[in-house]
Amino acid sequence: MNFDFSEEQTMLRDSVARFVQDDYDFDTRRSIVATEEGMSRQNWQTFAELGWLSVPFAEEHGGFGGGPVDVMVMMEEFGKGLVVEPYFATVVLFGGLLRAAGSEAQQAQHIPGIIEGSTLGAFAYLERQSRYELNDVATRATADGDGFVLSGEKVAVANGANADMIVVSARTSGEQFDEQGISLFVVPADADGAERVSYRMMDGQVVANVVLKDVRVGADALLGQADSGYGVIQRVVQEALVALGAEALGLMGQLNTKTLEYAKTREQFGVAIGSFQALQHRMVDTFMSYEQAKSMVYRAVCALESNDKDVTRTIHAMKVMVDKCARHIFEEAIQLHGGMGLTDELDIGHYAKRLMMINATLGDGDYHQAQFNGLSYSASEPASVASLSDAA
Amino acid sequence: MDTSFSPQDLAFRDEVAAFFDEAFTDDLRDRLKDNKQFKEAIVEWQRKLNDKGWVAPNWPVEHGGTGWSPTQMYIFDSERSSRGIPNTIPFGLSMVAPVIYTFGNDEQKQRFLPRILKSEDWWCQGYSEPGSGSDLASLKTKAELDGDHYVVNGAKIWTTYAQYADWIFCLVRTSTEGKKQHGISFLLIDMHSEGIKVNPIETIDSHHSLNEVEFNNVRVPVENLIGEQDKGWTYAKALLAHERTGIAGVADSKRALGEVRKLAEREVNGGKRLVDDPLFQKRLSDIEIELMALEYTDLRVLSQVATGGAPGAESSLLKIKGTEIQQAIQTLAMMVAAHYQGVLPTELDGDVLGNDFGMAARRSYMYGRAATVYGGSNEIQKNIIAKAVLGL
Repeated sequence: MNFDFSEEQTMLRDSVARFVQDDYDFDTRRSIVATEEGMSRQNWQTFAELGWLSVPFAEEHGGFGGGPVDVMVMMEEFGKGLVVEPYFATVVLFGGLLRAAGSEAQQAQHIPGIIEGSTLGAFAYLERQSRYELNDVATRATADGDGFVLSGEKVAVANGANADMIVVSARTSGEQFDEQGISLFVVPADADGAERVSYRMMDGQVVANVVLKDVRVGADALLGQADSGYGVIQRVVQEALVALGAEALGLMGQLNTKTLEYAKTREQFGVAIGSFQALQHRMVDTFMSYEQAKSMVYRAVCALESNDKDVTRTIHAMKVMVDKCARHIFEEAIQLHGGMGLTDELDIGHYAKRLMMINATLGDGDYHQAQFNGLSYSASEPASVASLSDAA
Repeated sequence: MDTSFSPQDLAFRDEVAAFFDEAFTDDLRDRLKDNKQFKEAIVEWQRKLNDKGWVAPNWPVEHGGTGWSPTQMYIFDSERSSRGIPNTIPFGLSMVAPVIYTFGNDEQKQRFLPRILKSEDWWCQGYSEPGSGSDLASLKTKAELDGDHYVVNGAKIWTTYAQYADWIFCLVRTSTEGKKQHGISFLLIDMHSEGIKVNPIETIDSHHSLNEVEFNNVRVPVENLIGEQDKGWTYAKALLAHERTGIAGVADSKRALGEVRKLAEREVNGGKRLVDDPLFQKRLSDIEIELMALEYTDLRVLSQVATGGAPGAESSLLKIKGTEIQQAIQTLAMMVAAHYQGVLPTELDGDVLGNDFGMAARRSYMYGRAATVYGGSNEIQKNIIAKAVLGL
């Protein structure tokens, strides 16, 4: 048993950390967020040059052949810097779906573009009514000749405005809530009949609603088997949740560090406020929350990497823990910064808002706790609590 | 990063499991539950462990430790707790022994360590005093040099199992000059000495495990002093950070939570199993998820210790989180017990009473309050983290 990073992982982490340190201070980030695209194409090219965009892809497609731990170390550093460039949408979601279900031809067609930075991607899964249920899909894809015709609307698609290619979940059979009958399609963002309305979220991300009006795609747009896209989505979402957990970890760590620094320098009643026991104990509590969240992210990434039989439950548990600890940490960070914590000028509130968006992405803590409970305590389950090991 | 078991680990697990299954008999299990037979039974069990060479896994190999890896420690503890086998009594094996082998002289090592391994001496701990609780260094029990003896006067309190003890390790005051931490000495005192009186303290769980120990002109040979006179505080502090394994009590909490869950599957409310109640499930998984995280926090610390890392305040985090979880499980057990939690000891059996676990649930809940008080209250642990980790 060890929790050490390999030499490559350490180098990868240091490489992202150095970029954040040297080229991504808070003012720079603020000016990037203020641009129309809400991202820097120049930074994206840098990501490509440094090899970051290649990390989870197989070597035969020019990738680094990395696993969940490699993605985790990068996402944590992106979190520390509040990086807005669409690594999660393009590499983790879009790239993850291609890796999980793409044919050899589809992978060869799209992955090199991701790696060299010329293809931005997105995954359009949300609909107005769907909240956190990935199987709630009303968008339809109807077979037509040797292709499909897509109609419906996807909302709040992360990186949807800048993406060149979008994977869309659409129903090829069954009813609105059926898990069976969902299919995935790789759709060019500028396809005839696809309209995008972009807007901004509180964490600086530019998203888009994508309206599909009889968008015609070829048979080669179908990703994986028809009707069985739900399993693919679930698998990729597990990886995505762990990546988001790692990003959240970076954000939480920064908030604790900044709050601690502030408590050591801010003086009231003639002394640093960090000398007050009432505040010390609150900071100890947020320190412990961070450590517990970190343990849960590590547990989840190990489960994912070793394909542990308890991986699904573990990832639900991780999202619950990250949700709880993130809220605890950012609320305390704002409280301990006093009035300054409420200002837009300070970065604290921006860290908080990114954490809030992560909490609300792909299911919040309550949603995942209900899933966890269903898997753990239903009548058929034997009475035992989680234990280590036993790869499936 | 890797937490899966190697084939060697799996073989070790089988060996441990086979030993426990054979050595921990039902007869032993029954006698351990009976107050009157407890001492004899636990000594018998510890001797069986010692015959196998497994009674003191944490000790250095040259003194009788096992030299196990963190993974092996984890496996051993999991296999133990999953069978409901109690931990060894810590006062000799985990508390005084590390002080003796770290700071004692050769004669002391030869005199005491083999007897501790063989459970020939029962040890108790003399730290707290009626006037010195969290402010331990304010202790007043005095040891004055008189020829080749110390003469000890004063009182110790909250002394667990003093009624069984052959020896007590004490912090005593040998000097009142300078800082209060200075002038404290670490003294080993024979409980059969003249002038020692043990006064029982009945606790809110209707049990007698705690005592007050009075010292009236007790003569202690100078060869029973550990290390240098007036340096005892240093030794005691080193010991506090030493005992990391098991301090979180993860394995036992997993077992206890599993028990609560089994009870909740049996209890029925309006024809519905308690375990199917969503509110109850929420309480259950709140704890289970914290415990899953704590298990990894514990493992992270263990693996740091194994590679020579870990600065020392981690044990405070493990203590705080571990005891919070223990108490949360005890609270949940009380909720399952409903009105049966009030049942007092009686000759009647569980069938007549309608419930056979209410009393046990109350006892562990009531005595369980002690966990956040003893070993340095959780508030003191927070002070330690604030200072040692956060630098406040």
